Amino acid sequence: MEKTDNNKAWLLVIPVFILVALSAIIPIMTVVNYSVQDTFGGNKFFWVGTEWFTDVLRSERFHNALGRNLLFSFIILCIEIPLGIWIALSMPRKGIWVPVCLIMMALPLLIPWNVVGTIWQIFARGDIGLLGHTMSLLGVDYNYTNNIFDAWVTIIIMDVWHWTSLVVLLCYAGLVSIPEAYYQAARIDGASKWSIFRFIQLPKMRGVLIIAFLLRFMDSFMIYTEPFVLTGGGPGNSTTFLSIDLVKQAIGQFDLGPAAAMSLIYQLIVLLICYVFFTVMSHVGTDKPIEEKVE
Amino acid sequence: MLELQNLSKKVGSSTHINDVSLTLEKGSLYVLLGATLSGKTSLMRLMAGLDKPTSGEILMNGQSVLKTPVQKRNIAMVYQQFINYPGFTVYENIASPLRVAGVNKKAIDIQVREAADLMKLTPYLDRGVLNLSGGQQQRTALARALVKGAELVLLDEPLANLDYKLREELRIELPRIFAEAGAIFVYATTEPQEALLLGGRTVTLREGSVTQFGKTIDVYNNPTNLETAQTFSDPPMNVIPMQKRGVDFTFSDGQVSCPKDLLGLPDGAYNIGIRPHHLMLNQSEATTLKIQAPVSSTEISGSETFIHVSQDDLKLVVLTHGVHRVGIGDHIDIYLDPSKFFIFDQHDALVSAPNVGIA
Amino acid sequence: MAQITLDKLAHSYLNNPKTDGDFALKEIDYVWDDGGAYALLGPSGCGKTTLLNIISGLLVPSKGRILFDDCNVTNFQPEQRNIAQVFQFPVIYDTMTVRQNLEFPLKNRNVPKAEIAKRVEEMIEVLDLGNKANLKARGLTADEKQKISLGRGLVRYDVNAILFDEPLTVIDPHMKWQLRTKLKDLHRQFNHTMIYVTHDQTEAMTFADKVVVMYEGEVVQIGTPEELYDEPKHTFVGYFIGSPGMNIIPVDVVGNQAKIGIHSIDLKGDYADLTGKVELGIRPEFVTLNKTELGIPVQITGIDDIGRFKIVHATIDGSEINIVLNEGQSIPSNPNIALETSRINIYQNDHLVRPLVNGRGL
Repeated sequence: MEKTDNNKAWLLVIPVFILVALSAIIPIMTVVNYSVQDTFGGNKFFWVGTEWFTDVLRSERFHNALGRNLLFSFIILCIEIPLGIWIALSMPRKGIWVPVCLIMMALPLLIPWNVVGTIWQIFARGDIGLLGHTMSLLGVDYNYTNNIFDAWVTIIIMDVWHWTSLVVLLCYAGLVSIPEAYYQAARIDGASKWSIFRFIQLPKMRGVLIIAFLLRFMDSFMIYTEPFVLTGGGPGNSTTFLSIDLVKQAIGQFDLGPAAAMSLIYQLIVLLICYVFFTVMSHVGTDKPIEEKVE
Repeated sequence: MLELQNLSKKVGSSTHINDVSLTLEKGSLYVLLGATLSGKTSLMRLMAGLDKPTSGEILMNGQSVLKTPVQKRNIAMVYQQFINYPGFTVYENIASPLRVAGVNKKAIDIQVREAADLMKLTPYLDRGVLNLSGGQQQRTALARALVKGAELVLLDEPLANLDYKLREELRIELPRIFAEAGAIFVYATTEPQEALLLGGRTVTLREGSVTQFGKTIDVYNNPTNLETAQTFSDPPMNVIPMQKRGVDFTFSDGQVSCPKDLLGLPDGAYNIGIRPHHLMLNQSEATTLKIQAPVSSTEISGSETFIHVSQDDLKLVVLTHGVHRVGIGDHIDIYLDPSKFFIFDQHDALVSAPNVGIA
Repeated sequence: MAQITLDKLAHSYLNNPKTDGDFALKEIDYVWDDGGAYALLGPSGCGKTTLLNIISGLLVPSKGRILFDDCNVTNFQPEQRNIAQVFQFPVIYDTMTVRQNLEFPLKNRNVPKAEIAKRVEEMIEVLDLGNKANLKARGLTADEKQKISLGRGLVRYDVNAILFDEPLTVIDPHMKWQLRTKLKDLHRQFNHTMIYVTHDQTEAMTFADKVVVMYEGEVVQIGTPEELYDEPKHTFVGYFIGSPGMNIIPVDVVGNQAKIGIHSIDLKGDYADLTGKVELGIRPEFVTLNKTELGIPVQITGIDDIGRFKIVHATIDGSEINIVLNEGQSIPSNPNIALETSRINIYQNDHLVRPLVNGRGL
């Protein structure tokens, strides 16, 4: 639909512009400002050019944190996407159980990050936590505070518990929009369950899956609260992800310059990976060549 | 009165509407006839103010309405899909535009019942719209449009999604309802038969341009060019290129003598258009020409039969009364009557039409 | 290919149907020939889709059995029935090419590769999709997609029946008759039993050898297009087939005369005494308008000029009658009508009655 010719609409948008300017553009500019300067306290700044950026890019600390992030996101996507699809497929499409299932699925999404962190932190504690205590009773040596593997497992389980529902709901929406005739035709063609999934359900879910993929990637790549609440980035530096490291640098060490440079690099990485994902995903299974510009 | 002056609409490099000028009078019905993508919906959207023209002017009662937003124009629109408020009863649906306008309850009741009566919906007033048949749902949408008292009512193929027989009945009912309402009705359709049953005036569209505008039956009987004749013909008009030489028309399959009133035509090449029902299976007059051709397919439409024949370049459709079975591949005799020829010149402009004579 | 037997079939969507009205499909008992082309024709809600779903296996009928040849398939799932179906909206596998779409049902049935290639190649040829065989199916037009869904049925040589559920709904008007003709062609070529559901008389009568007309859950007539046109067995068939539909006028029948008020009309034979609602049916094409004093005077109430003919709306003694006037015929000032005797049918309580032959009814 085209715009009508009164310009009143612009007036209505102005508050949002101001808000965005105050909340996003100005802080970002401040960050950019810090990233190219150094200070020895007081209010004296001097120009260092791209020095902080090269520093950050060369630092092993950054490489390690980035590696952890990538590994974490990879594991999260590998678990949540297939699990989400599988749960969505096994949910009823009609009947009285539909609203019950949907509400059950939506519940975890309503809980704030830090609450999830706290719940699991307590739940998994060896002394008072139900899970932790049971594990130790069963003779399993489980302790997230000093075992790297256990800490990772706990964080991953927390995230899966918290966010798989989102993937489920998106996939479910995609599934219920498939007309009954498709299933009927496939049955008549003698298609197996797998073929129905591969050639009908999966292609029809493509759109929502792209969204699920992007959302889950961005979110998991920016993980902060869960490891922070659980172990504060430990044991050692084993769950110190980029976001945690960033906070440590900026607030803990007050190295504003490197922190600013790091946060900009961090942001660029997220943008870049999302762009690549989106471009590739939206061309999977189409005739369009990948080089074509995405609009 | 709605006036469209030199209206054009371009989107990117493609022209959707090309220099359309029309004057639509109150209390009349206008049929927009054209194939899919001929610009019917685009033109309606311009009239409604949903789109802005690239150039040109739209006047309502002499006032430009280009700057008036859709909400402030007094129009109603009915679509191919049955669009009603799903949670409402028929009564509430019909009443909705009046409630928005703040009409008092008593007046609403009177108007709703009147419209429901006109649309034969009275027994269903208290039912939810989703429990109605397609025809009843579409009649509810029509009643809502009527009750709004709009100056301009736009109907975009409103019967396309209905059962065949219901369509036939509503086509006969609608002109009567339109006549009573007194607004400007614009009705888009792809079917020539529908335009004829509705009557009124017809605008034939092709590729965004108006090819002809006039009383429906006149446009049908006297299309000014081949394009209009083709638009206004289902199945398509048969076209045979012929040469007029002296007292004869000749073409690849033979020759036929020229009727007396056409003897004045200059010799030369013409495109001869023949409506399918003017091709006959029995010889009626001596002046007719016989063509023998094999049948390629037949279609039966209930009380009529279409017979398609094809031989080399010659492809013809014959329409006859009654139900006939003809074997595919059988050779049949077809008679051409030159007094029924639509004669178009080399530029496809009409030279002569049956019943009308030389233009 | 198979002969389809509908053995005392009936269906109700209610758990405990009591009256006749509770049945969406009233009892039918017919045998449909192997290799026949049948159309199920009727307005929406007449039960034609219910019947189709029973044949395809989506519904198990409340009563009766359905047999493919001698095999009782009443409780078989769709995939066990070995049928093919073309739906209202084209169902294709988006991610596959045209060729892969056609191969799909054969691959699922483990047909040998060489055989698949041969059949698919042949089918692409038959459907005129040669230049599009390797394109993704989703980019095609609606009519091409419908051809693919039909092709997926036709490549399986052994299907018991091919079912069509209003397959031309989304097809552009000017493509409709081409596809209709193609369907007819394919039927002749492959000789499958085909069942075609539609509300459009043109589609039904063009496609089918036998048209099954349904009305309010009941099969009111099964016949060839000619039979439906010439001798509708039910007033609904007369009304539904033909545009405009058949005129139905209440009359009294005495011997070989039908009386409308004071006027008498000759009938084609003697009738037995008829009780209940007695009506005369005649198609508008077989009523002529004369200016002579002969015939029955009518009052003309309206004229629709639709180009190749005019429909004259008139009344005789309060009953409405439509008359079709050919192009060029004019309307006399003192109109009288004549009915073509051989074209008059008589109905008792909506059902056709035939004249007595040698004193006995047929």
